[in-house]
Amino acid sequence: MKSTVCILSIVIFFIVSPAMAETPEEKGLAIATEDDKRDNGFQDFTANMVMLLKNRQGEESSRNIRNKTLEVEGDGDKSLSIFDRPRDVKGTALLNFTHKVGTDDQWLYLPALKRVKRISSANKSGSFMGSEFAYEDVTSQEVEKYNYKWIRDEDYKGEKCFVFERYPVYKNSGYTRQVVWLDQKDYKILRIEFFDRKNSPLKTLTQTDFKQYLGKYWYPGNMYMENHQTGKSTLLTWSDYKFQTGLSDKNFNKNSLKRTR
Amino acid sequence: MPAFTTTSRGILFLLIVAGFFAAASTTQAHELTGFVGAETRLYPNSARYIGQEDHSVSLVFKPEYYHEFEGGSSFTFVPFYRLNSADQERTHFDIRELTFLWLQDDFELRLGVRKVFWGTTEFFHLVDIINQFDLVENIDFEDKLGQPMANISFSRDWGTLDLFWLPYFRERTFPGKGGRLRGATLIDGDQTEYESAAEEWHSDWAFRYSHFFGDWDVGISQFIGTNREPSLLDGTNSNGDAVKIPRYEQITQTSLDLSFVTGEWLWKGEALYRDGQGNENYYAWTGGFEYTFTRIWNSQMDLGVLGEWMYDTRQSKATNAFQNDLAGGLRLAFNNSASTEALFGWVQDIDSSTRLLFLETNHRFGDNLLLTAEFRAFINQPATDFFFESRDDEIMQIELAYYF
Repeated sequence: MKSTVCILSIVIFFIVSPAMAETPEEKGLAIATEDDKRDNGFQDFTANMVMLLKNRQGEESSRNIRNKTLEVEGDGDKSLSIFDRPRDVKGTALLNFTHKVGTDDQWLYLPALKRVKRISSANKSGSFMGSEFAYEDVTSQEVEKYNYKWIRDEDYKGEKCFVFERYPVYKNSGYTRQVVWLDQKDYKILRIEFFDRKNSPLKTLTQTDFKQYLGKYWYPGNMYMENHQTGKSTLLTWSDYKFQTGLSDKNFNKNSLKRTR
Repeated sequence: MPAFTTTSRGILFLLIVAGFFAAASTTQAHELTGFVGAETRLYPNSARYIGQEDHSVSLVFKPEYYHEFEGGSSFTFVPFYRLNSADQERTHFDIRELTFLWLQDDFELRLGVRKVFWGTTEFFHLVDIINQFDLVENIDFEDKLGQPMANISFSRDWGTLDLFWLPYFRERTFPGKGGRLRGATLIDGDQTEYESAAEEWHSDWAFRYSHFFGDWDVGISQFIGTNREPSLLDGTNSNGDAVKIPRYEQITQTSLDLSFVTGEWLWKGEALYRDGQGNENYYAWTGGFEYTFTRIWNSQMDLGVLGEWMYDTRQSKATNAFQNDLAGGLRLAFNNSASTEALFGWVQDIDSSTRLLFLETNHRFGDNLLLTAEFRAFINQPATDFFFESRDDEIMQIELAYYF
């Protein structure tokens, strides 16, 4: 009951606040906070992902990854990503404890050696498994990771969107800023434009085929990342989303990493 | 009597494995993966010893069967076979894994033949002791023989505690007459000696506590049992030829392994105290750093720089090559669709001019073919050096494997 009142008061605050001469920064933060709030409470999910890499010449290669995610109250999510294909890296797994502030905790499991290796997560701008997605693009998005600024409202692909910029707080980020298109009805991120450290256009992410889960959460079926500087692209196709599967901390420790297949 | 106890113990072990397998009901599909590969080894320098050849070809097969039961318990079977043209000892079969894993809320019980890794460093795996090394596979001490065991593991808020019962010992594999990368005198595994009267049926024990505290990962381990590293005694075989006879002693080893991550730096260390090997108890340690430059030259490539130091208080009496050595390495990950990687390493003896150079690369073709190439060279050994008798065994190894 208390939390309902609390949420209600936040909602009222956001409804009322635009009337009080809100700055673009305040409005941007309010949008991001509302987006984060709408994403909360899923508890856990598992999903399968196919990653299709394409280079400038149009040559393609793919990777199959299973993903398990656990929501952590008061901190970033815990996630486990397991490789199924290519076969030579089958069983390779990445355990990630995201934190709202600072670097994440990451361990890599190398099945050929049965070795769990702590790895540095400081370079969030590094490529995630050879794709056009950087680690910072695929780890859990927390409000605290950016500063925000609302730019304008506009229609994008027939949906009324907030367009806002976000600036990574993290100093080793690969980006100066990101421009986000977020639909006002369901708070789905439809598009993000990424600008590199020199503020040149670097990549564009387009998310499509959204589905609603548990009558509440909108997740994209396709995430298409295009690199404008290299001509390469990566398409992530998600399937078999399952929510509230009963995962717990026990599924996200070094023993579970070693058990992974 | 000993024959009776060893046989009954083996039967008991199999019965327990079979019992768990029969008791569990199946939910997930049977999964068969693995690889089949062809390898060639080329030696630029002519062979030094009679029977050796300057090149060899080899076929390898390692399928992996996995089956998961309801509740996450699983069964794994990984046989291994290599057929080799030059060295009969390198033609060998092994069961790398034959494991039943019983997953409970409070613990995991792993029963059967398994492979376990302990440690944090890259160049020399000092504290890693559960499995015997399969030295004929490769001399980088990363290939291991399957170890029969019962291992119970408790994972809690305060860390992970592992207890191991190791009822059977595996002898180290060594190159035979036709093999390179060996000493002048052959090692005769037929005359293997043990300190324990139970020989290979001596029950070894180990336990390990490991956990992470923020940026620190810590492991403390204790091993009591048959040393995986033999002492090599002078002897003769039935033909009257001089041979080395492996002797496996009873040891107690206490070890610590650490890693600490701060920014792009990863710091690692391993240390051990070993009692019972030879006449002298000793300490040894190894440690260093790994630093990764991300997206070098504005490309997608990552470059890791590695530096490590190895030290052994036995000094010239050390039974491995790393009594006082510095190692440096560069690891280049192309982050391309072929997952091209290259690792260059340089191990320099501090007390002499000896150095070991190596290059390991791999590149994927399509979705299923993996090409691996390795080059190793031993340079400037004085006659006292550990690798002196292998001084002509610079090796180029190329393997093409199909993964299914």
